[in-house]
Amino acid sequence: MTWQRRHVLATDDWSKEEIELVLDQSNAMLEVLARPIRRTPALRGRTVVLFFAEASTRTRISFELAAKALSADTSIITASGSSIEKGETLLDTVRTLQALGADIVVMRHSAAGAPYFVAERIASAVINAGDGWHAHPTQGLLDALTLRTALGDLSGKRIVVVGDVLHSRVARSDIHTLVPLGATITLCGPPTLMPSAWRCGQLPAGVTFDEDADRALDGADAVIALRLQRERMDAGLLPSLREYALTWGLTEARVARMRPAAPVLHPGPMNEGIEIDAAVAHGPRSLIERQVTNGVAVRMALLHLLAGTPAVEVAA
Amino acid sequence: MTVLLGADDIRRAIARIAHEIVERSGDPHGIALVGIRSRGDVLAARLRDAVRRHEGVELPLGALDITLYRDDLTRIGHAPIVRTTEISFPVDDRIVVLVDDVLFTGRTIRAAMDALVDYGRPRAIRLAVLVDRGHRELPIRADHVGKNVPTRPRDDVRVHFVEVDGRDEVELVKAAPGVGAPGSGEVAV
Repeated sequence: MTWQRRHVLATDDWSKEEIELVLDQSNAMLEVLARPIRRTPALRGRTVVLFFAEASTRTRISFELAAKALSADTSIITASGSSIEKGETLLDTVRTLQALGADIVVMRHSAAGAPYFVAERIASAVINAGDGWHAHPTQGLLDALTLRTALGDLSGKRIVVVGDVLHSRVARSDIHTLVPLGATITLCGPPTLMPSAWRCGQLPAGVTFDEDADRALDGADAVIALRLQRERMDAGLLPSLREYALTWGLTEARVARMRPAAPVLHPGPMNEGIEIDAAVAHGPRSLIERQVTNGVAVRMALLHLLAGTPAVEVAA
Repeated sequence: MTVLLGADDIRRAIARIAHEIVERSGDPHGIALVGIRSRGDVLAARLRDAVRRHEGVELPLGALDITLYRDDLTRIGHAPIVRTTEISFPVDDRIVVLVDDVLFTGRTIRAAMDALVDYGRPRAIRLAVLVDRGHRELPIRADHVGKNVPTRPRDDVRVHFVEVDGRDEVELVKAAPGVGAPGSGEVAV
């Protein structure tokens, strides 16, 4: 198949073939990352603007390393210390990005849908690096790559996603990437941190909800722990972090309920001792460091694919 | 359409190139073969088999994908597919023989040399091709050639190998009269 997309905004409308193409390309990029010189000239002369209106360290650095491994020039715009702090509107920022000659804009924004707004008004390709609670497509793809490498074909595999699903763009992107590959997802976590429709049984195809962590993990093929944001407690959605850790935290005993050697993933940064125990995070099942490397490879694959898609004139 | 090389011609050309590669360096130890995907890698594997048969030496074999080193990303109009490069031996201080099916503009070989030096510093890089069809756009020549074929720039030279295409044959498809002009800058990849 030929890659046709100009933007990567979410994987919710992607075909299985498109997802597999990106994963296969990512494997080729992993080989580049294993070379003595981790740099190829593929995107020489291209400019990748990293527009991070919401704080992020790992995703930003991952994209930056990916762009550099392809020899692209990178510029970084963050909210703090930029004119966004002075009240510049998103549209003005977008016009500036265009004027800067960005070939690809990688953007993170606290507002769901912001990358769509930008993509409609800019000639550059746009990659969503996380928008509000909506989507984080590169995380979904790197989780899929990590799981596919560990488990082989994902069809019929049951993946548990445990934690704060309600506020998690990672959970949504994992669903939209893993389900087309044939996996089923068991969501698990406090009902207060589950979208109400999902909690009430109106779940997307291939997805189930089980409040009980032990039951959800029984016989599972893998688990993805989500980061618990401490501010959720202030909002009254959780009684205490300790209770959360006891009920839904990944302990050694709990992960042992899965299939032998079933892997453990976490998008990071981790709250060790809350959603995941240190012994699990750094134990033999953990693929958390592998996810970091795979993240760079997935982002390289997407940058390269988008750079090969002809640009279309868009009125800004 | 003209058949340039049949199965027997291809077999003989490969046997001769294998001899030449060893003869040129005197000692097969220290030589490695790296085929350029996709068909150069098939040819490189056959050269390795031929050297093993004649010399009893197993040359290290690698496969190189040059997609990330192409100079025409903006010109081809769609995203090119990257395949895995497999070079599992150190290239430092070795004589690396790059292997490709057809030598045309030389741009593929330029990209392959750039890719190869990212793996280390070979003692020398040599080039073996099954067909040299002329029309170089870069100062590159092959050290070992199966057959030199005069072509026009818009002609098409198609190499088929049993391993990927089910038969061994090289054919020349002539461009329609009047189509194209010399130096049209096309890249054969």
